[in-house]
Amino acid sequence: MSIPQPGPFQPAPSRKATVTDLPLGGARGARRLTAVYVYEVPVRLWHWINAFAIVVLCITGYLIASPLPTMQIGEAAHQFVMGYVRFTHFAAAMILIVGFAARAYWALVGNHHARQIFTLPLFNFQWWKEVWHEIRWYAFLERQPRKYAGHNPLAQLAMFTFITLGVLFMIVTGLALYGEGEGALSWIGRGFGWVIPLAGGSQMVHSLHHLGMWSIVIFTLVHIYVAVREDIMSRQSIISTMISGQRTFKDDRPD
Amino acid sequence: MPPIETFYEVMRKQGITRRSFMKYCSLTASALGLGPSFVPQIAHAMETKPRTPVVWVSGLECTCCSESFIRGAHPLAKDVVLSMISLDYNHTLMAAAGHHAEAALEETLEKYKGNYILAVEGNPPLNEDGMFCIIGGRPFLDQLKRAAEGAKAVIAWGACASYGCVQAAKPNPTRATPIHEVITDKPIIRVPGCPPIAEVMTGVITYMLTFDRLPELDRQGRPAMFYGQRIHDKCYRRAHFDAGQFVESWDDENARKGYCLYKMGCKGPTTYNACSTIGWNDGTSFPIQSGHGCIGCSEDGFWDQGSFYNRVTDLTQFGVEANADQIGLAATGVVGAGVAIHAAISALKAAQNRAALREEA
Ligand code: HEM
Ligand code: SF4
Repeated sequence: MSIPQPGPFQPAPSRKATVTDLPLGGARGARRLTAVYVYEVPVRLWHWINAFAIVVLCITGYLIASPLPTMQIGEAAHQFVMGYVRFTHFAAAMILIVGFAARAYWALVGNHHARQIFTLPLFNFQWWKEVWHEIRWYAFLERQPRKYAGHNPLAQLAMFTFITLGVLFMIVTGLALYGEGEGALSWIGRGFGWVIPLAGGSQMVHSLHHLGMWSIVIFTLVHIYVAVREDIMSRQSIISTMISGQRTFKDDRPD
Repeated sequence: MPPIETFYEVMRKQGITRRSFMKYCSLTASALGLGPSFVPQIAHAMETKPRTPVVWVSGLECTCCSESFIRGAHPLAKDVVLSMISLDYNHTLMAAAGHHAEAALEETLEKYKGNYILAVEGNPPLNEDGMFCIIGGRPFLDQLKRAAEGAKAVIAWGACASYGCVQAAKPNPTRATPIHEVITDKPIIRVPGCPPIAEVMTGVITYMLTFDRLPELDRQGRPAMFYGQRIHDKCYRRAHFDAGQFVESWDDENARKGYCLYKMGCKGPTTYNACSTIGWNDGTSFPIQSGHGCIGCSEDGFWDQGSFYNRVTDLTQFGVEANADQIGLAATGVVGAGVAIHAAISALKAAQNRAALREEA
């Protein structure tokens, strides 16, 4: 996919333009636009459903590995504490999986911003330069960031790695573990059981799934910090964009 | 060469009565999960089929597989299976020794070429040309390869032959190697465990001898009838697991009540074996029943995954031994501190910029 270089001139569209064919994230063609419709409804809906599912999965997943203290509510037959924790984990997992599948479908049929976290322009030198620029901005070496309609290239890289690949990894390892309980002959067991010998045994899959949780926790930490910081310090809207879908810019200066 | 005798003839020669023989057939059918209609089928097969010799070789091992095997719960099943096996060569049980024994093995390999089943206990070390395990003056590796040449199928007894076990634990100085890495042209059936359960061993052999084919194997080449489920799936303490009732420390009240051993590092949830259904020592007990968690002895690399008392794997890739939680928490802490510092600097910078702007204005 090609990243257009910033053109010498772009006609200023009306405020609240719903331009959907803006160049991809790497490009800085967004200048002088004050509002662009970036994230369509399915993308925003998925973002929040996914966030909710991940929070539930992290909490219940942690409690699966380090269960709550033993409780004496009744006889074992009348008590289902661990069972409910696991059930919640699996229910949230199913939401996560369906959401991810729907989101992947939307990447195909939605606007080009919807494709951003599914593809990286790895062979585009300009894009890497902008990743570097973004890193310098976070290292306090640039006075001001550039403007982007979609995700900035560094964000795109992080989201692709930790969310697109990360969640996919959690889904595959999670379904492998789930298939163990369902039985090797269940369709989940048949479909995902290969992960277990590949990883070197069931316990290793648990450990990898567990490490995956920490990688997502760390991503979330940084993601929230950066979203708030950019909302304040960058030249564009961030948090409200994931609610309204509109990207607004704070200045009309180019780049 | 006289025709090879049938199983039935061998058994009768061993003094087993017809009545015992029929009992054995029904026992076998039930052990393999087959209905009563299979009993005549098994009997017929045993009466008409020439017996399949089993050649048993031993590499780097502790003999726990043999020890388990000869303690088969049902003496009848054990005797019968033992009578089927060519005991001319088995380090633990044979009468012969030295050159006689080696000659006997060679004779069996020649006589039954292409017809025998090779059972391997232990594994070959590959370092120093295999000098860490010498049998009859030659590396075990040579004997293993020689014996595998004419085998119809190969049984990998125990965790050693299947995965490597303790002698292959890191750093594995002798380079002990599971047999599938040196025998690549024969079907291998893995019967992991340290040792495997006696009834599982006899069951596997009986199945192969009576039906003349491998039992159904799972993805890792283990007989699905015995390794199809985890200990955890059939554990009698599972109700306490689902209830969230755990032994919190050894000898606490919950331990006395027989609660789930998950928090004591029970590896039942990640271990495929039949202990929680068949049990050990004539079905008397199994580790969890005696109050200790499963240590996962039938799983790949069970010596290298950390403590028996913690079900979270030790990851030595990070230099020090740490598990996923320690690594994750440390990384989160470092990143969290980084975020806090970054936020502080950002605020300072922003203030500086504002001041600069005010001065310009
Ligand atoms: C963001 C996504 C997810 C996170 C953070 C997460 C977290 C965790 C954690 C920390 C554990 C405990 C692992 C251990 O034994 O040490 C776990 C277990 C498990 N997870 Fe997930 N998980 C996620 C997604 C999924 C998905 C999509 C599935 C698919 C069904 C799934 C199924 C399971 C299963 C079956 C277990 C094992 C339960 C048990 O041993 O009783 N997880 N998860
Ligand atoms: S004792 Fe072990 S195998 Fe049994 S239910 Fe608890 S964790 Fe599972």
